[in-house]
Amino acid sequence: MTSLVLLDHEDGQIKKAALSAVTAATRLGDVHVLVTGGHAVAQAAASIGGISKVLHATDPCYAHELAEPLAALIVSLAAGYDYILSSAGTLGKNVLPRVAALLDVQPIPDVICIVNANTFVRPIYAGNALATVQSRDKKKVLTVRSAAFDAAPFTGEAAVIEVAASVPESVVSTFIAIHLSVSERPDLETARVVVSGGRGLQSEEKFKILEPLADALGAAIGASRAAVDAGFVPNDYQIGQTGKIVAPELYLAFGISGAIQHLAGMKDSRVIVAVNKDPDAPIFQIADYAIEGDLFDVVPQLTKALV
Amino acid sequence: MKILVPVKRVVDYNIKPRVKTDGSGVETEGIKMSMNPFDEIAVEEAVRLKEKGVATEVVAVSIGVQQAQDTLRTAMAMGADRSILVLSEENLEPLGIAKLLKVLVAREKPGMVILGKQAIDDDMNATGQMLAGLLGWGQGTFAGKVDMVAGQVHVSREIDGGTQEISLRLPAVITADLRLNEPRYASLPNIMKARKKPLETLDVGSLGVDVASRLSIVSVTAPPSRSAGVRVGSVSELVEHLRYEQKVI
Ligand SMILES: Cc1cc2nc3c(=O)[nH]c(=O)nc-3n(C[C@H](O)[C@H](O)[C@H](O)COP(=O)(O)OP(=O)(O)OC[C@H]3O[C@@H](n4cnc5c(N)ncnc54)[C@H](O)[C@@H]3O)c2cc1C
Ligand SMILES: Nc1ncnc2c1ncn2[C@@H]1O[C@H](COP(=O)(O)O)[C@@H](O)[C@H]1O
Repeated sequence: MTSLVLLDHEDGQIKKAALSAVTAATRLGDVHVLVTGGHAVAQAAASIGGISKVLHATDPCYAHELAEPLAALIVSLAAGYDYILSSAGTLGKNVLPRVAALLDVQPIPDVICIVNANTFVRPIYAGNALATVQSRDKKKVLTVRSAAFDAAPFTGEAAVIEVAASVPESVVSTFIAIHLSVSERPDLETARVVVSGGRGLQSEEKFKILEPLADALGAAIGASRAAVDAGFVPNDYQIGQTGKIVAPELYLAFGISGAIQHLAGMKDSRVIVAVNKDPDAPIFQIADYAIEGDLFDVVPQLTKALV
Repeated sequence: MKILVPVKRVVDYNIKPRVKTDGSGVETEGIKMSMNPFDEIAVEEAVRLKEKGVATEVVAVSIGVQQAQDTLRTAMAMGADRSILVLSEENLEPLGIAKLLKVLVAREKPGMVILGKQAIDDDMNATGQMLAGLLGWGQGTFAGKVDMVAGQVHVSREIDGGTQEISLRLPAVITADLRLNEPRYASLPNIMKARKKPLETLDVGSLGVDVASRLSIVSVTAPPSRSAGVRVGSVSELVEHLRYEQKVI
């Protein structure tokens, strides 16, 4: 059995989530990876442990990872593979269902456990249920939750092979621009500690109260949808059913009520701390440590205690 | 230009889903059902495009049981002009749904299909991308902003690291993210008016599509539950726990 893993990368770095997808693929047999971008990324890909080949798509049409050309490329390569995987990030979620449709396969998103060669566990209903599903399709197309699989180490020496562009579909999409939020902080999805704020932070200005705390903890900063919608922080900070799924060692929630859609994104964290002034806030039902109080008192005190 | 909007009837998002004791699925009997929240956003966007004069007609489609009529009536109360119900007793997978939608696209010839990015029951986040693939159309997924610019649709997409802007030739498929718009409430007069709008019913068998599922459900279980921990009275107490008991700081 051989898998092809589409790697996501950003700023020339292979994302940790992609390395988790590689680990999942190694459980299914031999692993090849497909990567777009420059030579440095391809070289980095070659050093991932447990893989035997890197396919490097160098044609400029793949530079912005648009779904239409990338899906066509993967379909052109698919004959050699039993599994096509990626992490469950926005790249894989954009491209792989299109690939699956073109291969007449029902994709299996957000896999958290591989039971056997054709049986997988995935959360449904915002993680309120876990479905074990068995696929009848010959080829399987999966996306993998990074929190469920360790990242593959950089211990390998695979060969890099350039892949030619597949016959292009007529060009139906064009790239205009990308706006990445710049942050010196660790990647939200793989950070060891996440400091997260909700509507209780009140404003963009006041949200910044979390920054010294995150600095002290070496943490990533996340947010609830309400905080994002209110414009306190950019959309890519959102944690939850429709945002990012995180499972850090420590998750600190400030001024977040704990709606099921938010819990869907963080309830697998190892230790959860919640600070809320409402004694009945639902987040307290899943928090390991709860402080009932005003976050504007607690955050500075906690920051002071840590530096 | 016509816009087609697929809408799904799902367990209302305010209800905490409960797993059936026999492990076959999630309880839906006697539970409040509503339009998938992302689909409300999709309907809203289509109606706004009509109000702006970009679209001439908005057609809502649902594939599901008879009661999905209610979902379509809601879409029409929000401003869709007419709707189509494809009756199916079975819960179909995105692959089957996408194939059925492809047949309806061939019939209706819309310039755009706007779907929700994800159904909050199966959380697949797949149907729009699959439909675009089957049609060979461009796809603007996870849309946070949609504009018509010189005959093309300009989509700002919410991606992991921020946003990406792309431009698509029409016809195209768009999937709506949460921040695309704030859906309107249907007013009482509009709810009354929606009752008179045309709703066509087709039987899934009449569309000549193989919708057999590819995934069989082995079991559906409740996730490991987390219980409430301890209330701590002070920050110093919290720090002690985190440092000495949990060793996370
Ligand atoms: C389809 C769909 C998908 C969704 N996806 C997501 C998602 O991915 N992620 C997500 O987060 N949400 C999501 N939501 C929204 C979700 O339902 C909630 O509305 C949202 O999580 C609420 O955010 P919040 O907890 O910050 O705000 P609120 O619910 O308003 O809670 C604010 C909390 O702050 C507390 N507070 C206020 N001031 C203070 C203070 N000074 N000190 C301490 N505590 C204080 C209050 O007691 C309250 O508990 C989704 C909703 C839908 C319909
Ligand atoms: N049974 C259905 N009837 C109509 N539209 C659907 C149906 N299932 C899915 N969709 C559409 O496809 C989107 C994505 O669903 P999914 O891929 O299942 O997460 C939904 O938001 C709807 O717009």
